[in-house]
Amino acid sequence: MQADLLLENAVTRIEGPLLFARREARVGLNAAVEVLAGNGPPRLGRVAALDETSMVIEVLEATSGLALRGTRIRLHPEPLLFGVGPNLLGRVFDSVGRPLDGGPPVAARTRRRIEGLAINPAWRALPRDFIETGIATIDVMNSLVRGQKLPLFSAGGLPHDRLAAEIAQRARLRGTKGEESFAVVFAGIGVPHDTADQFRLAMESSGALGHTAMFLNLADEPGMQRLLAPRYALTAAEYLAFEEGRHVLVILTDMTNYCEALREVSASHGEIPGRKGYPGYMYSDLASVYERAGCIRGRPGTLTQLPILTMPGDDIGHPIPDLTGYITEGQIVLDRELDRRGIYPPVRVLPSLSRLMDAGIGAGFTDPDHPALAHQLFAAYARALRVRVLASVMGEQGLPESDRRFLGFGERFERQFVHQESARTLEESLAAGWAVLQGLPHGELTRLSNAQIGRHLGEAAHA
Amino acid sequence: MSEARITWIGGPVLKACATGPFSIFEALAVGERRLLGEVIQLRGDELVAQVYEDTTGLEPGVTVVGLERPLSVTLGPNLLGGIFDGLLRPLSLATDYQIQPGAAERVFARHRLEFTVRDGDTLSAGAVFARTVAPRPQSLLVPPSASGRVEALVEPGEHRDDETLLVLVDDSGRRHELTMQHDWPVRRSRPVRERLGVNAPMITGQRILDTLFPVARGGRAALPGGFGTGKTVLQEALAKWCDADVIVYVGCGERGNEMAEVLDEFPQLEDPRTGRPLAERTVIIANTSNMPVAAREASIYTAITVAEYFRDQGLNVALMADSTSRWAEALREVSGRLGELPGEAGYPAYLSSRLAEFYERAARVTSLAGAEGSVTIIGAISPPSGDFSEPVTLHTKRYVRCFWALDRQRAQARFYPAIHPLQSYGSDVQELADWWKRSGNPDWLVQRQRVLELLEAQAHLERMARIVGRDALPPQQQVRLLCADLVNEGFLRQSSFSKVDRFCSPPRQVAMLSVLLHFADRANAAVAAGVPPARLVALPMLRQLQRLGEEFGEDDLLRLRQLPRQIDYEFDQLQPVASHAS
Repeated sequence: MQADLLLENAVTRIEGPLLFARREARVGLNAAVEVLAGNGPPRLGRVAALDETSMVIEVLEATSGLALRGTRIRLHPEPLLFGVGPNLLGRVFDSVGRPLDGGPPVAARTRRRIEGLAINPAWRALPRDFIETGIATIDVMNSLVRGQKLPLFSAGGLPHDRLAAEIAQRARLRGTKGEESFAVVFAGIGVPHDTADQFRLAMESSGALGHTAMFLNLADEPGMQRLLAPRYALTAAEYLAFEEGRHVLVILTDMTNYCEALREVSASHGEIPGRKGYPGYMYSDLASVYERAGCIRGRPGTLTQLPILTMPGDDIGHPIPDLTGYITEGQIVLDRELDRRGIYPPVRVLPSLSRLMDAGIGAGFTDPDHPALAHQLFAAYARALRVRVLASVMGEQGLPESDRRFLGFGERFERQFVHQESARTLEESLAAGWAVLQGLPHGELTRLSNAQIGRHLGEAAHA
Repeated sequence: MSEARITWIGGPVLKACATGPFSIFEALAVGERRLLGEVIQLRGDELVAQVYEDTTGLEPGVTVVGLERPLSVTLGPNLLGGIFDGLLRPLSLATDYQIQPGAAERVFARHRLEFTVRDGDTLSAGAVFARTVAPRPQSLLVPPSASGRVEALVEPGEHRDDETLLVLVDDSGRRHELTMQHDWPVRRSRPVRERLGVNAPMITGQRILDTLFPVARGGRAALPGGFGTGKTVLQEALAKWCDADVIVYVGCGERGNEMAEVLDEFPQLEDPRTGRPLAERTVIIANTSNMPVAAREASIYTAITVAEYFRDQGLNVALMADSTSRWAEALREVSGRLGELPGEAGYPAYLSSRLAEFYERAARVTSLAGAEGSVTIIGAISPPSGDFSEPVTLHTKRYVRCFWALDRQRAQARFYPAIHPLQSYGSDVQELADWWKRSGNPDWLVQRQRVLELLEAQAHLERMARIVGRDALPPQQQVRLLCADLVNEGFLRQSSFSKVDRFCSPPRQVAMLSVLLHFADRANAAVAAGVPPARLVALPMLRQLQRLGEEFGEDDLLRLRQLPRQIDYEFDQLQPVASHAS
């Protein structure tokens, strides 16, 4: 292995986050560099392009205060690595894995590439362990399984942070009482101080702080580091999951800040912008973050991701939620109107989806009638919303009897099923689902078999 | 072999100074790890290449070796049942769980085979010279570039896949040594004797497709839809149940867990026609979204080349490409790095011609050796925010014969498959009517037309109903709405997760449609005779008709065909009472 090299006075140009320097030593693409100026802490960077005489260094932190003279570059022979080892849990780090809690550095057992390497698809095991989150709209209608990546599509002012913290506290396999080794990795990407504090307090109050590692890039820290925080966090999570065999839940918040940083960096490289100025490779870049979730054959641990993003302008068609939705295995969409009406958690169920749900529910996993119930709730609520639009035009009295019943169902569904004061077990959530279906004409429940109607809704079949 | 030295490198693109001749699109081995690359531009001594793997650690001065052939893949009996990366290198459990860049060690396979030729026979290009025995018989082909008289045939039996099995001596005296496998450049379509017209549909087992928008064998279909509309589930359903002999499934820039799903499920499912595991007729090419982007661009060509190879063995092949948008984006990304002038939405100006080249490789053909085979392409498209007016969807529309538009509203109500019947089309309907006639349904064209008209009317009437209320519509129109709802619920809806209904054979489709249209006839007649529509809504059998697919499986065809009698019975009961009521 080559030793580290120090270049002095090699910088020829600085443009935004890019440093152009003479290539006075052998160095490979993507090699890690540290940029040293004065007495300040070293700034991390990587080699983005090379030719025979010069190189382009992308500084992954702020470049303010750097000068052409006196700026030294320390070259490492390897790409950016993160030394991970035992005792990661219970700690707080900055976005590049340096302790923020005053504790000692983590003793590195292995040094892993922060970019990660793609998981060989043949080695992936199909995620199918149902996770009970205590939230009816998720457990019954959009079930989360271990190894899944399921984002929260939220918007400014909605209670996504509270929801994420609750899921992190409660998420357990059914039938276990947390005796399995689990861990939570929290990556705060451009989050305000109070959000980070609230999350820490929430974990502390439930006694789970000892199982939590936090990587914080706060809102007032340089934008460039927002690209690093999730990568360091996921590197730690991969170690915890696939080396230590834990069930790791990674919360990434807020991916919108990540994408903004990506756009900023892309612009500084002078790249041709794609939709809304975001770079054309944003899909691939987001995939390099999200695809690090999964289960590996023969390894006990799993890595589940719960990214949170705030949809700019509440628009689900915006490139950030759009590309995310194409990569992740579904999404949980939060809704402002439900929130205004005091419904918590304000999950808008129709655009929400969990793609891996069918592998983890039904006979042998949850309840044999769970899939049919979920489908019936979706179909009935879709109809209820259509009827609601009709009712707003011609009034409730103008509706046929069956439509009026669906109108009532819509209201019950939101107030008694979506809304919940406290955590529900899966059984309670399923019972709540069957309960709100009571009162609908059985002839219209086309997603349920007669036997299912008989079992859960009483025999009296009135069309 | 020519060599070059890297002078510039950034991301997956490099420039190198050549010391020998290189040709455009020549394959390259880069550096010590022999990363696979491809020449994309030549300017004097300088060549520009894209590298299909992670380029971390490369630096100026590193050697690039030309491989003296275009980017090629090895075709042979090892493909069926396997999973490969975008360059057709096996993704096996023998390596680490994370993919390490660079050429992996070759693993050799052995196959037992029987020859179909003897010493002294003359073989033409593309002819079959041997067959492998068990688990699944496959033909071994003479490469399209070789022909001649057979010499030096080895004994039949078990051989390693790189052994020379026979030698062909052509007219000019050139010797061609044949093994079980041969290489073929992915960007060039394999030659055929003749392209044939449409003669039969590829039966997908999905009612909305086979009955309303059928795709022909050798046809091309596009499947556009925003995220969450069920593209992948539908592609997987097609891969499982369509009546092709071989399925090539390419996950191009898609999710790793979806590949895990296919790998988990296919070995356990049984091919309804052969009784063998579905995995045995499937080749999976996985280039997930976090694998290198340049290989994503190649994976589509790799897949179609594999499909053509099986077509040349006289098989019907279906290629599922999920998703062509990711492929187009890979083109855009590489084009951007080359500094090419961007066209619409940043895509290179040649996007349209690349799409045309790809879709044109689908066809029903007579192969060089005279066998009839076909490649049918089903390409998923992931348009940004589900907007079908974006370049990839628009250009694809110009080259496909079937357009299966997925609709977000249907998907959100969990109405699957969420294909919108009014936005979709199939262009080979007239030609395929003959097939349905031969298969026992001379009325297919008429029935199909009735269904489409009913659905068209529904859209119109629902707009009216929204203003005046459903009850205020004239009785005839209320009945049309009722029948359209019934067709949607009872016929078009089909769950891929239902053991009973995931596959629907053509006879069952015909029977179901006949039942529903019979109901429509009786309902129209009843209303014309003065029965109020509300009484029809209350008919006891309506619920059964809405759940037709779930209630009557493939084993219940006889019972299904009895249903019109029950419909008659219930309507006959209705008449006398109705005259009272009105």
